[in-house]
Amino acid sequence: MRHAAASFEFSERVGRAVHLAVCGAVLVFLVAPMLVVIPLSFNAEPYFTFTEGMLRLDSDAYSLRWYRGVIEDAEWRLALVNSIVIGIAATAIATTLGVLAALGLANPAMPGRGFVTSLLISPMVTPIIISAAGMFFFYSKLGIAQTHLGVILAHAVFGTPFVVISVTATLVGFDHNLVKAGASLGGGPFLVFRRIQLPLIAPGVISGALFAFAASFDEVVAVLFLGGLQQRTVPRQMWTGIREEISPEILAVATFLVMLALILLGTVEWLRGRASTRPGNAD
Amino acid sequence: MARPLSGARLRAAALTLPLLAFVAVTFMAPLGSMLVRSFYEPHVADALPQTLESLRAWDGSSVPDENTFRILATELRLLDQQRKLGGVATRINRLEGGMRSAIMDTARALRDAEPDSWREAMTAADPAWGTEEAWRAVRRAGERYTMRHYLNALDLDRDPSGNIVAQSPERRIYLPLLLRTLGVSLAITVICLILGYPVAYLIANASPGRSNLLLLLVLVPFWTSLLVRTTSWIVLLQNQGVVNDLLVAVGVIGDDGRLALVYNMVGTLVAMTQVLLPFMILPLYAVMRSISPTYLRAASSLGATFPQGFVRVYWPQSLPGVAAGSLLVFILSIGYYITPALVGGRTGQLISNMIAYHMQESLNWGLAAALGVILLVTVMSLYLVYNRLVGIERMRLS
Repeated sequence: MRHAAASFEFSERVGRAVHLAVCGAVLVFLVAPMLVVIPLSFNAEPYFTFTEGMLRLDSDAYSLRWYRGVIEDAEWRLALVNSIVIGIAATAIATTLGVLAALGLANPAMPGRGFVTSLLISPMVTPIIISAAGMFFFYSKLGIAQTHLGVILAHAVFGTPFVVISVTATLVGFDHNLVKAGASLGGGPFLVFRRIQLPLIAPGVISGALFAFAASFDEVVAVLFLGGLQQRTVPRQMWTGIREEISPEILAVATFLVMLALILLGTVEWLRGRASTRPGNAD
Repeated sequence: MARPLSGARLRAAALTLPLLAFVAVTFMAPLGSMLVRSFYEPHVADALPQTLESLRAWDGSSVPDENTFRILATELRLLDQQRKLGGVATRINRLEGGMRSAIMDTARALRDAEPDSWREAMTAADPAWGTEEAWRAVRRAGERYTMRHYLNALDLDRDPSGNIVAQSPERRIYLPLLLRTLGVSLAITVICLILGYPVAYLIANASPGRSNLLLLLVLVPFWTSLLVRTTSWIVLLQNQGVVNDLLVAVGVIGDDGRLALVYNMVGTLVAMTQVLLPFMILPLYAVMRSISPTYLRAASSLGATFPQGFVRVYWPQSLPGVAAGSLLVFILSIGYYITPALVGGRTGQLISNMIAYHMQESLNWGLAAALGVILLVTVMSLYLVYNRLVGIERMRLS
């Protein structure tokens, strides 16, 4: 009997060790690719692998030449400006419309909620190639293909589901009697929104806006179909770089994008932490 | 829905209206315009109206009469003068190989001619005009509303008498590609489930601090640019890349035996699995977090070994997460474009890449639209299943 218990314990410990090893391997598989890019972007040689000098931590083997190359390149600078302009404009549209819609959807009186929600979320699940092809046909007819406006509208509609989802999530458990109470005390709809709802949903609004911005900042297919030379964004520039001659400059840009992702992720997680400890939220 | 719209209902609905209108114009209308393109093809019909009118009475069993030849020649010459011939010729050529050069050559040969027999002059310029196939191609290309892009997209064709038949096996392209896309998506879904399940279990059962840290590791790739992740895989997997260098250094393979890990199906599978894995782990984790560990302890105290307890008690409770994650990964992989385009090479392409090819290179937009509609219907049906099973409202981003 004791023997059986011991062997049970032993197999359990082996099982746990195997489980941890598998998880470790999977997490390395998830994260390592992005981490490998960072040191390689400082490679003094135009290779995509660690040189012997790099492995010896020889300081001559590392350099900032690819970063300098990117900063001095007018095309990359234009791409960055375009990405920021398009990202901010698209985020502003997506956030405004998305917050309004989420307020409507969270209202218990909203008719046809399920149908409307799935309609509003559909840009997120539609294969990007289909959306981009359709937009190419339709926006050409409207005469806004090959313009900033076309790309901004496309990115705005791709961003709205993120805003709707994250604002709706902060409104779960929101007590609608608060709105009624505000109104009964003589507050107009706008005052009630600004003083009662907005402070509660603010973390969701900011998270949603960051999601929408990140989605725009990473989007390449709509830019490929709708943008001309003047609408080249950072991902578009990377796309060309990867397809043609992949240069270590790409890795410098990639490192910048990894940093941006970490900042955005950090902000969203911080906001989420704040939202869950807020009073007035029954979550 | 029969209830009257009260003030509150109207106000709630009014808040969603601006976004609904925006989505309708910027997103639904484009999809509609793609749908129209997939069956509406006015180009040839507008270019050759009289020829098509004349061909309406033609029975198709022999070459048309002299009058039809004359009308077509006249219309071709007019198009040639207006420099619109190329587009028409390309479209007819899609139905019958060789028609592009037949049309261009004929128009050039007839430029200033006034022959006695148009039939002889055209057949002399290109013998194709002496065959019924050429004329059938003209007539079919002139159908204003047509199913042929769908037939083409499903590897079907019409025989001379108009019956729908399957393409000969060596000419079937799209159905095998669609099947391959479904197969690859299924494979990726299964791999993601196998890799993601243990990780989600670990995160769900770790102490709060550790679970947050592990969750961050899953979220970092989720937030990192897709292009960055795809680039990393090229850097890692290419011939002179990190993985091959490592394998050579360790001695698993010789320097001349470097593995082809990228620009093929292997590259597509590896990169897409990594890209989509967080979409599996997060829904699994959300469900597992709510499964109390006391169930497993109860099973074990009743004498079940861990595998028994897991199979009989834990796995069934985690099934909603399995369904949500698997459907999400499957839906996303069917429509994947960027990763296969960059790391798939020639053999690792999926249906989306074929749509992009017809949009950008062959410029056969009708076919691209038909393939797009087929893909869209597939994805939307899965989306409806997802909505039924999981509920779109429960989709969480973090």
